[in-house]
Amino acid sequence: MRPVIYVLTFIAVLGLGFWAYRENYATQASLREVAQLQDEIAQLRDSLAIQRAEWAYLNRPSRLRDLAAVNFDRLGLMPMQASQFGVVAEVSYPTQNASIAIDIENTVDVAGELVAAEIEPSGEVQTP
Amino acid sequence: MTRVPLRPLARILRARTLGENPDTIERENLRLRHEQMRDKSRGQAQLRLVILILCFFSAFTLIGARMGMLASTEPVEPRSSAGGDAIASGRADIEDRNGHVLATNMQTNALYVQTRDLVDPRRVATELSQIFPDLDAETLHRRFTDGRSFMWVRKVLSPEQVQAVHEIGDPGLLFGPREMRLYPNGTLAAHVLGGSSFGAEGVGSAQIIGTAGIEKFMDSRLSDPEQAGRPLRLSLDMTVQAHVEELLETGVNMYSARGGAVILMNIKTGEILSMASMPTFDPNDRPNPLVKGEPGDSPLFNRAVQGLYELGSTYKIFAAAQAMDLGLLNADSPVDTSFLKIGRKTISEYDGHNYGPTKTLSEVIEVSSNIGSGHIALMIGAERQQAFLRSLGLFSSSPVELIEAMGAKPQYPKKWPDIVTVTAAFGHGVSSSPLNLATAYATIANGGVTVKPTLLAQADPTPGDRVMSAYAAEESVKMLRRVVVSGTATMADIPGYEVAGKTGTADKPSPTGGYYDDKVINTFAAVFPASHPEYVLVVSLDEPVETSGSKPLRTAGWTAVPLAAEIIKRAAPLLGMRPVVEPAGTDALTAVKQ
Repeated sequence: MRPVIYVLTFIAVLGLGFWAYRENYATQASLREVAQLQDEIAQLRDSLAIQRAEWAYLNRPSRLRDLAAVNFDRLGLMPMQASQFGVVAEVSYPTQNASIAIDIENTVDVAGELVAAEIEPSGEVQTP
Repeated sequence: MTRVPLRPLARILRARTLGENPDTIERENLRLRHEQMRDKSRGQAQLRLVILILCFFSAFTLIGARMGMLASTEPVEPRSSAGGDAIASGRADIEDRNGHVLATNMQTNALYVQTRDLVDPRRVATELSQIFPDLDAETLHRRFTDGRSFMWVRKVLSPEQVQAVHEIGDPGLLFGPREMRLYPNGTLAAHVLGGSSFGAEGVGSAQIIGTAGIEKFMDSRLSDPEQAGRPLRLSLDMTVQAHVEELLETGVNMYSARGGAVILMNIKTGEILSMASMPTFDPNDRPNPLVKGEPGDSPLFNRAVQGLYELGSTYKIFAAAQAMDLGLLNADSPVDTSFLKIGRKTISEYDGHNYGPTKTLSEVIEVSSNIGSGHIALMIGAERQQAFLRSLGLFSSSPVELIEAMGAKPQYPKKWPDIVTVTAAFGHGVSSSPLNLATAYATIANGGVTVKPTLLAQADPTPGDRVMSAYAAEESVKMLRRVVVSGTATMADIPGYEVAGKTGTADKPSPTGGYYDDKVINTFAAVFPASHPEYVLVVSLDEPVETSGSKPLRTAGWTAVPLAAEIIKRAAPLLGMRPVVEPAGTDALTAVKQ
């Protein structure tokens, strides 16, 4: 019996040694990968900072103002004015009679998903 | 090895003939052989010992060396536990209240020279002077060869310049990574942002330090590594700021002013939405301070905060508000406007006007009567007047987060005789910055509760102290509204925004004593909308003149007021303020829909 235990123990030690050896290298590989990823993150962060700066630079108010002036023919952009505030009463909703005028028969309930491409532009928007 | 026979035949035969015992020869030879064998094995054993000693010695040396190495190296954090975040840039960004970037960092390179490694200093000097036209080839060459070993050439390079320097290809030219502060909007909010420069500089990195404005005031917050990832959010609104600066520049040019300042402030929170000063500068390329002449003429000078001016009639409302707060007068009480003489000095109205024997308090403000205000101030008395002006923050430097504000302490006489009481009531003899004035007006507009002006976005401002009754504050705003409806500031009556305000035209004090006749500071302090005030706007112009008419006009009503009106027209819709009355008339589009 004893020799069997010795042999099994020996095999177990061998196995554990092999496992530890592999884990060691797997860990080192992971650490290298982490270091590499961190370098990459730092690089991406740097380029993100540059792009944010670039975005802010391209959107600086003085440039947008000049662009609005250059493209005035096409865009017609003007400074915002107080008169541009509207009131809800000015929005032309369809009159109550309009919905009554259409006689709807045999209504059915439908359920499902709308697919954007299949929606036909309708002339009038019905509000309940 | 030649083996010697134990019984050599020749010696045995000779021994036999001589009658000797041949066994002695054998024993003798055996002895010699054993001695030989013993010597050999001793040598082997000694060799083994030496090898063993060497083995042990090298093993212990190895272990000792490793221990020494471990003991002498810096401890290194295990890499896997180094977190993935917050390795970001060194200095926090600055953003406006809506998250638009006002200041950020950019990776660039600095260029330096190790002169000992230069292969061809002459060629390097020539080529560098071609890349950087402001460098002189001769000077560079002289400095490369005068014995120094190290020299900075440029603090920041553009990527194109880096490439061009690379192409020179000299091993003595080296780059150091640099984080550069960038203000992408150029001159926008230059006086608020201030500027930055490099502090301690090394080859590997350089520290950015704020040199002025909020960059300097908040330096510790901006350079705190813990908060580097979180941008500093200002109360400024970039869009409003851009419009204000554009209009102020137009105004300064139109009225040929030396400069001007605008402050737009939220009266509830004290948040400054816009602060502009003309002339301005580009914080990316901050000019040097003036070495001669008036510091006030430098573009670096923040007129909104540092410009201490006698702000003239804008102060009159303080006397009126206090008189109402103390219960001395109400809006309809009559005030003597006929005549006022203190000692030998007679107080006169602007431009020699005469407003008759009496006016109501409300009318005194409306027509801006100096004599009336003087009488009110005399009723209040010097001590109470001083205490009131102090409680409005007009005697102390503004607590705003700008380094320049600390040094700009309002000036007022130490002694306070009656003549000062009277002149202070109409804003002469005491000087303060436009920001001080805006803060005081915000207190009135805020129902008599002080607000702390701030440039940082505030979620929940701390409530201030009450310095006057809500009634007095409300009545004061009504009087200011009358000034715009029918008084000296009618040009600011913008339909829908119920502007209330007070003009101020103050003669500039001459450095030689006395006042200039033709140099004025025009100020307009406005509150809008009057029925439920939300914002305070202060516009100040230095030496403006309106020349479209037959004679030059220098009163605030003709310069600062139209400018302020234009600013409110543009800024109020941007701040999401709906006009109080409905827009008059319908345009073509809505007419068709109806």
